[in-house]
This record gives sequence, C-alpha cells and structure tokens, in this order.
Amino acid sequence: MKFPKINLDNLKNEGTDSVTPQERRKFLKLGLAIAGVYAGGKILSLTSVIGTAHASGGGVEFVKKYPYNPHYSMVIRQSLCIDCEKCVDACNTTNHVPEYGYRTRILTKKYTGNLDKQVEFIPVLCNHCNDAPCVRACPTKATYKDPITGIVRMESKKCIGCKTCMLACPYDARYFSAARRAVDKCDFCWEERLSKGKKQTGCSAACPTGARTFGNLTDPDNIVYKLVHQLEEQVWVLRPADDTKPNIFYMKGNMRSVDNILRGQKFINFSSEKR
Amino acid sequence: MTGRMVNISKRWGFHGVEALRNASTTYKMVMGFFVLLALAGAVVGLHGLLVGYHHVYGVTREISWGLLISAYIFCVVTSTGLCIVSSIGHVFGGEAFMPIAKRAVFMSIMFMFGGFCIIFFDIENPFRMAIWNVFSPNFVSNMWWMGTLYGAYLVFMVIEYYFLLEQNHTLSRLMGFFGLVVGIAAHSNLGAVFGMLHGRPFWYGPYLPIYFIFSAAMSGGCAILFFTTLGWRINPEIMNQRMERSVKAVTQITIFLISVIIFFTIWKIITGMVSEGKHLVIMSFLSGDYAINFWVFEVFLGMFLPLYLLIRSRGNNFNLILTATGLMMIGIFFMRYDIVIPGQMESVYHSMGVVEAADMLTYTPSFHEIMASLFGIAFIAFAYFAGEKMLNGHQLEKHEIVPEGGYICPGCGAIHYMEEGETEEDAMKRHHRIW
Repeated sequence: MKFPKINLDNLKNEGTDSVTPQERRKFLKLGLAIAGVYAGGKILSLTSVIGTAHASGGGVEFVKKYPYNPHYSMVIRQSLCIDCEKCVDACNTTNHVPEYGYRTRILTKKYTGNLDKQVEFIPVLCNHCNDAPCVRACPTKATYKDPITGIVRMESKKCIGCKTCMLACPYDARYFSAARRAVDKCDFCWEERLSKGKKQTGCSAACPTGARTFGNLTDPDNIVYKLVHQLEEQVWVLRPADDTKPNIFYMKGNMRSVDNILRGQKFINFSSEKR
Repeated sequence: MTGRMVNISKRWGFHGVEALRNASTTYKMVMGFFVLLALAGAVVGLHGLLVGYHHVYGVTREISWGLLISAYIFCVVTSTGLCIVSSIGHVFGGEAFMPIAKRAVFMSIMFMFGGFCIIFFDIENPFRMAIWNVFSPNFVSNMWWMGTLYGAYLVFMVIEYYFLLEQNHTLSRLMGFFGLVVGIAAHSNLGAVFGMLHGRPFWYGPYLPIYFIFSAAMSGGCAILFFTTLGWRINPEIMNQRMERSVKAVTQITIFLISVIIFFTIWKIITGMVSEGKHLVIMSFLSGDYAINFWVFEVFLGMFLPLYLLIRSRGNNFNLILTATGLMMIGIFFMRYDIVIPGQMESVYHSMGVVEAADMLTYTPSFHEIMASLFGIAFIAFAYFAGEKMLNGHQLEKHEIVPEGGYICPGCGAIHYMEEGETEEDAMKRHHRIW
C-alpha cells in the first residue's frame, strides 16, 4: 500500500464537512486494522495479503493481480464454527487420511472475562500460499504450485521423505503418510472432488453452519470474492509476518453486512445503478 | 599381482588385513564391539524401515527432525571441519599442519559415510532420492544443494585421499582445494536448510550458515586432536617431532575456535532473549527443559572444560588433550542436538494462544532412533580403529610436500634443509645438535 507524500506542516485543515461517510469509515477501519482490534492477537495483520494489495477495503481493480484462474480460496467465518468436526471427518473419509494424520483440524481458543463468548474455534488447513515455503524447500519438486489453480499439490512418487516441507510450513499442514510413502496435505480435494467436477471441497460441503466457504477468488459473483471484497468487516490471514501470501482468509463473519452480501441484497443508495 | 600388492603397501603405508590379525586381543575386542554395535544398529534400523518409521521413531509431525538428523549433522559437521583444518596444511601450505592431513582426510571421508548411513534411516524413501535428485532438481531448495554438494564433496575427498596415498601432491592439493570449496558450500547450505525456514524464528536468519562453518572448524580441530592422540595411545611410534609440532598447532587453532564459538553462543543467547520468536527456546536453554543439555554438555563439556584443559596441556600433554577432546566430542554432539530439536519445540500456532498449542512440544528419542544413530557412529569408530592398523597409523615414508633443498629427517620426520656442500648427515647433526 502506497501513501502519497504529504507535507504535514503546511497542511490546511479542511474541516470535517467535506469528508464522506465512506471515507470516514475507511479511515476508522484502517486504524482498527492496524491496531488489530478485531481479533486481538499477533496473528492479525492489516488485512489479507495478496500481492501488495489489500483484500478488503479495495476495489475490483486488483482482481487482475490474482495470479491463478480459477484462484481457489477459502474464507473461514470463525464465529460460525461450532467445533462439530464434521469437516475433519469429511476430509478424512474423502481423502483416506490415516488415523495418525490430519489435513485439517479445529483449534480452540479460550477467553476469560468476555461478556459474549468464552471460546472460539479456528479451523486450520493448508493455506495454499502464493509464496509457499514448502515448495521452495522441497529438493525434488515433489510439492508444487499448480500453475492453473494455485493449489499446492503433491507428486507423491517424487517425495523422498526428507520432511523439510513439514518444517518449512508455518501452518503445520503436512504429515508423512506411510500408505502414500509421501508427505500428504490438503489439496482442496482436487484429486477426489474438484477434478471430478464437484464445486466444493469435502470440508466446506460438510460444514453445517457455513463457517468454511470455498470458491474462486477471481470470479466477482463468487461468494468468496464477495466476502473478501467487502468493506464492513475485517478480513485477515494467519501468521502474516511470514509473508507467504496465504489463500485462506479469516473473518468473524456474523455481521449484518455479511448477511446482506450472502442474500445478494443491494444497497440502493450506494449502488452505481440509477434508481 | 603379489608384487603389485607389495608395491602398493610400500607406497601407501598399507599393511592390509594382516595388521588386523596381528593386533592385540583388547584391540580386536574393541573393534569387534563396534562391528557388533554397527550391525545391531543396522538391523534395528532395517526393522524400522520394514515396519514403518512412524511406528518406531519418536518423531512427530510437529517435531519431524529428531536424533537422527542431529547425529547426521554431528557427522557432517565433523567431516567438514576435518577438511577445513587439515586444508590449512596440505592445501594452503601451512607446514605445521601437514603431518595430520592423511588421518584427517581419511576420517573426514569416514565421517561423511557415517553421516550418510544415519540419514539413510531418516529419509523415508532414500532410493527415490537418487533418482529424483537428478531428474527433478529444485535449484532454490537448500536441501537439494546440500545433498548434491555433499555428494560432490565426498567424491573430491576420495580422489584427494587417493592422491595423498599416491604422494601426488599437486593433484591432491587441487582436489583438496575443490573439496574444501564444495564442502564449505555444502555445509553452509546445511545451515541454510535451517536458516531459510522463515516460519521457524529460532533457526531463521544468516546466523546458522555462518555459525555452522566456524563450528565445523572447531569440531574439526577437536576431532583431529582426539584421533591423533588416540592414535598415539594405540601406537606411540606415530609421534615424532613433526607430529608433535602439528598437534601443538592444531591445539592452538582449536583454542582459538572454541573462543569464537563461545562468542557466537553468548550473542545467540543475548539476542534471543529479546526476540519474541526465540525467547521461549532461549529460556528453555537457560532454565527449562534443555538446561542440562545446554549448561552441562554444550557449555561445560563442549566449551569451557576443553578450553581450560587445552590451555593447560600447552599442546604437548597428549593424555590431557585426549581427555579434553574426548569430552568435547560429547559436548559437540549435544550442541548439534540443541540446534535441531529446540528449533521445533514451539508449535507454529503457539503465538495464537490456542489450547492445542499452549504447551511446548516434547521429543524423546526412541530405541530405534538411538540404534540407527549408533549404526553410523559405530561404523566411524570401527573404520578409525581398522584404519589405524591397516594404514599403519597413517604414516608414510613420505607424505608431505618437501620444499626445494629440503629432505625428511629419518630420525624425527621433520623437514631439514641442507646448506651448501653439506651432506644429509651433517645437516641432521646441525639440526639436532647431537653427535
């Protein structure tokens, strides 16, 4: 994000009359985002990181910056997760995950002293990073970014089992599968579902509350696009300091604005279409 | 054929299997012990390979590098270090370091083999590695560079050793130079395998590649002193005036390198204490789970005790040097362990404050891991003891570069210079002020 150079000393006070509500909101949001108020922790950055652009608070213009098409992505609406683990079960069944491993799991965060919630559930999985550390670390290119979809996939026959990728991954998304004789990881169900024409991953299809939303980030009509490209609610990624440009976005996801987006409701006053 | 064998024996100082047979019973028992240990290690390791490592190893998905990687690093660090310290003599022409070259290069090769033995039981598909390392190389992977360069390093060292035996000093020097360059590149890449994992703050940064090189040199100095003084205990004849001077020089440089590593360690601790990502690990060194590893083994046995003892030895009390460096080898092993395991003890989700990642991760080596590590270590030990006998204490009739006008004193083994019109005998008398 670039800021214009402003000489603060010579700046005139323009007053607050000329500031539109949108601008005011955007400014406040920026401040809150920097302070990381929404989720309170060092995992939070400004917002999600795609290229150098912001995912929220921006506009359509940087859609071109998404390097893949379809650019598969997942938005996790944290407040909706109830830890039923149906996603984990679905994943294990779909992808034949052995007992000692997992491709996705749900973390629990406990709070004390809050008036509303004492506990929060955070589903985690492979972030399919645009700058994936595992892909760089693999000596034999056994793990690679799919050039079309951006999914981080495994070519099991090339895996020598050195486990460098498991340590390179800042999301603990990999484990060694004895059955495959290779490291195994989430592939957004590419092998078992997407490549067979299905539109949803096993976990997102199984989620009863809609906490996991899977879709294509380059399609403006897609729900994932809409959830990421809204102004009203904070969107973030895990461990932004590692700068891996992840494709799993997190938000609380229980505000009315999100409901409006999901219902496809248009705001007449703000719509560019004439009444 | 027989004539050729005799010839090689003379040229190479090779005493053959006969020398093993003539060894004392105690010596044979020591060798037998290490052979059995290596065999047992190999059998247990193969058992693990057959039933699947995840059943028998202590490593988990979070701590996926355990004792085997630590032992591998210990071996390759020592191998590189032997190469670095011995190269001062036979590559760069530091005369004092020349007599230790042959043993150092031999042990360097054996440590490398031992390291490969250990990594064989850590890598899940070692046979695939041979294929895909060649056909699907990832040039931005440190792991690929490390493996490939260490392969090349081993080749150079073997060729160099052959030329050392052949007393072709021009080619051995050239190969030694290539081996050194490739070895340092490989070794710093090993540091970078850790140093470039930016999700692991304890490892991330340029510190480890740099530290690994200096640490290797220190291990190399220690290993040369240990194996030379142990060789002296086995066969006192290997010690002559030149060798004594050499041991003194290596002692001096080892003292210097221990000081360097003390300096490195101090700053690792101090900078780590103010770093959010490293703080927990550093505190576990100072007063937590790794306090005994750190204070007793790494600091006391690995640095301060050998530093004190080596200074006390003045480079000529070989028994003291043997004790100091023997303890130091144990300390160095823990140094490697303390790099590998604690770097993984903090879960990647710890900073999020979630319940699942609240505790530090723990790791205990399993029986299979210990035995598979001992396979490599015992192989190295056996190779050393067999080498001392078969290669006659690594002595040669002539194994150093003799400058113009010089000759090797048959009495002391040092290089003497003849003045004009002087015979060798006169020169020897002059040098030794006897007769």
